[in-house]
Amino acid sequence: MAIKDLPREECYIPGSAACPGCPATMAMRIVFKAIGKNMVMIVPACCTAVIESLHPKTSFDIPTMNIAFEAAAAGASGVEAGFRKQGKTDTTVVAWAGDGGTYDIGIQALSGALERQTNFIYICYNNQIYSNTGIQRSGATPYAAWTTTTVSGKTEFRKEMGEIIMSHHIPYAAQACASYPEDLYNKVKKAKSIKGPKYIEIMAPCPPGWRFGMERTVEMGTMAVETGAWALYEYENEKMTFNGKSKLILEGKIKRKPVEDWIKYQGRFRHLFIPKKDVERIKAIEKHIDLIWERYRSCYL
Amino acid sequence: MTSVMIDTGNYIAAKASVMARPDVVAAYPITPQTTLVEGIANYLASGEFKGEYICVESEHSAMAACIGASSTGVRTFTGTSSHGLLLMHEMLHWAALARLPIIMCNINRVIGPGWNIWPDENDSISQRDTGWIQFYCSSNQEIFDTVIQAFKLGEHEDVSLPVMISYNAFILSHTSMPVFVPDQKEIDDFLPKRIPKWKLEVENPITFGNIILPHEYEKVRKEMQKAQQNAKKLIPEIANEWKKKFGRHHGDLFEYYKCDDADYILLSMGAIGAESKVAIDNLKKNGKKVGLARVRTFRPFPEEELLKLSKKADLIVIDRNISIGYEGALFNEVKGALYNKSDSKVFGFIAGLGGKDVTFGDIEKMCNKAMEGKVKDHQVWYGLEEV
Repeated sequence: MAIKDLPREECYIPGSAACPGCPATMAMRIVFKAIGKNMVMIVPACCTAVIESLHPKTSFDIPTMNIAFEAAAAGASGVEAGFRKQGKTDTTVVAWAGDGGTYDIGIQALSGALERQTNFIYICYNNQIYSNTGIQRSGATPYAAWTTTTVSGKTEFRKEMGEIIMSHHIPYAAQACASYPEDLYNKVKKAKSIKGPKYIEIMAPCPPGWRFGMERTVEMGTMAVETGAWALYEYENEKMTFNGKSKLILEGKIKRKPVEDWIKYQGRFRHLFIPKKDVERIKAIEKHIDLIWERYRSCYL
Repeated sequence: MTSVMIDTGNYIAAKASVMARPDVVAAYPITPQTTLVEGIANYLASGEFKGEYICVESEHSAMAACIGASSTGVRTFTGTSSHGLLLMHEMLHWAALARLPIIMCNINRVIGPGWNIWPDENDSISQRDTGWIQFYCSSNQEIFDTVIQAFKLGEHEDVSLPVMISYNAFILSHTSMPVFVPDQKEIDDFLPKRIPKWKLEVENPITFGNIILPHEYEKVRKEMQKAQQNAKKLIPEIANEWKKKFGRHHGDLFEYYKCDDADYILLSMGAIGAESKVAIDNLKKNGKKVGLARVRTFRPFPEEELLKLSKKADLIVIDRNISIGYEGALFNEVKGALYNKSDSKVFGFIAGLGGKDVTFGDIEKMCNKAMEGKVKDHQVWYGLEEV
């Protein structure tokens, strides 16, 4: 599927309150195109609660229910049951949450919904911070990144949500990136066709949160993939398949780029370069990425 | 054809909830609510309950799932107790602000630490300001009848609010009593299908719960307040309709017991409310002019009825709860309702916290102390301080 062939129908309509260069809205537009109008969306506290615009208006042309921060997957369970009871089984139920609402405060409700085999798609748009509250550290924030609560850089590595999700043995999970719309479209489309719980996580480089120019959103996403800091993959019926450049990195057909190529454009890592280069911490980031890929290779190659 | 079912409060509540034909039940187990959710699970297994049953991983998710389901326009039910209710707190507010008529039984149980599974009412009293309508029951028959009536009330277009039906742990939840159970057909006639004011639907894509500016938000709160006021009118109407149909009546906002010619009126709720009737009978036998007004609804608060009562009698209040740092919630609110409008005296007792047994003998003693003028301004901790 090439971009020019994507459906022309837009459910993401004018009136959005998103920042310029917002990756969440880029990804959401593609998700809406892949699923179509026969969907219902559950949104917990996250940037999207602002993006959707102020009451009584909306920038979404699909039925949308807001819910408390930790409750997206539980709320979606209820919506799914309510629709099913009314025989509306062809409507796709989508929970759309940020990384804070997924990795941290919402992980219990998410795990419960996956374990109960809830028939829905849970989408996490991961900008690696609590962005809506003003850039605080989350469980998805990478090592050494500045946030307003990790002023000298985060001292811990991010957790791997994908691995936690897979241990629920759900029929479909995937990692995508806002910079690869065709790949994202295909993954959402596939998820829509599968019954049971589906999880898709979208890497979403956030210009104000990561401190880069709004014109670089796509580039920050592609560089995350090319440096191996983010992997594109699908997990289907217990089988892992890596996609695009991630596949080539996994198979050793290309070498991942040095992470420095990615982080040097982001103000959140500025303290690793100014006043002088923090070789040790940059090396630690590289080492951790290597560790993850070594494990990918030993498990999935 | 009405049949008689002899069972515990929880199994009676399970029976009532299933007869109300909820489309979705989402629940999480907690002592002493467990037999309620087990009861519903049994009805699911037998095919009598035809809805969706979501066994969630926490009470917070139970209420969130009920909110999700109710938002699609269907009928929902859940049950919890004590710490479970407290974990729901955020979502209780959410359900009420979203104007979703979720019906819930709460089995009044003590809050820890230390762990204690006996009855007191601090759990539901501490949820007073969430916007939920709150009923307190004093018999298994009242639980059955109130659960069905609660659906009709909460789903009424002039109310559209969630309703909590509370009853004391073990004293009611685990005690068997005979209960008259009408036919399913009769319940169906009394309680038609829910007609939601709004719902999530693909044909009409609306965004619910997005950012709302201050002047609009304040209106939402005022509308909730109006809905609670509307409930004050509807609770007696629905109770009366039930009485006409099934011949049973447990009172409206209050249940009045021997209040004619009373110089003193005892105000109590829940299981103590039932025990109070025995105490009143004994006191009357000894020539004491005292009656009982058992509080059935704590929200909406029956202030107009209270004022009427206070015109002819002084009031004695028993609280099985305490708002630490001040006083029992009922005592406090009764005084507030009377302020500037009545010269009636109000005497207050704290009793039965931590599940401490409160017998009719205890209630008689409290009433006698008050009537003898031994209770002054402050609320007395019955059994812990001399009066």
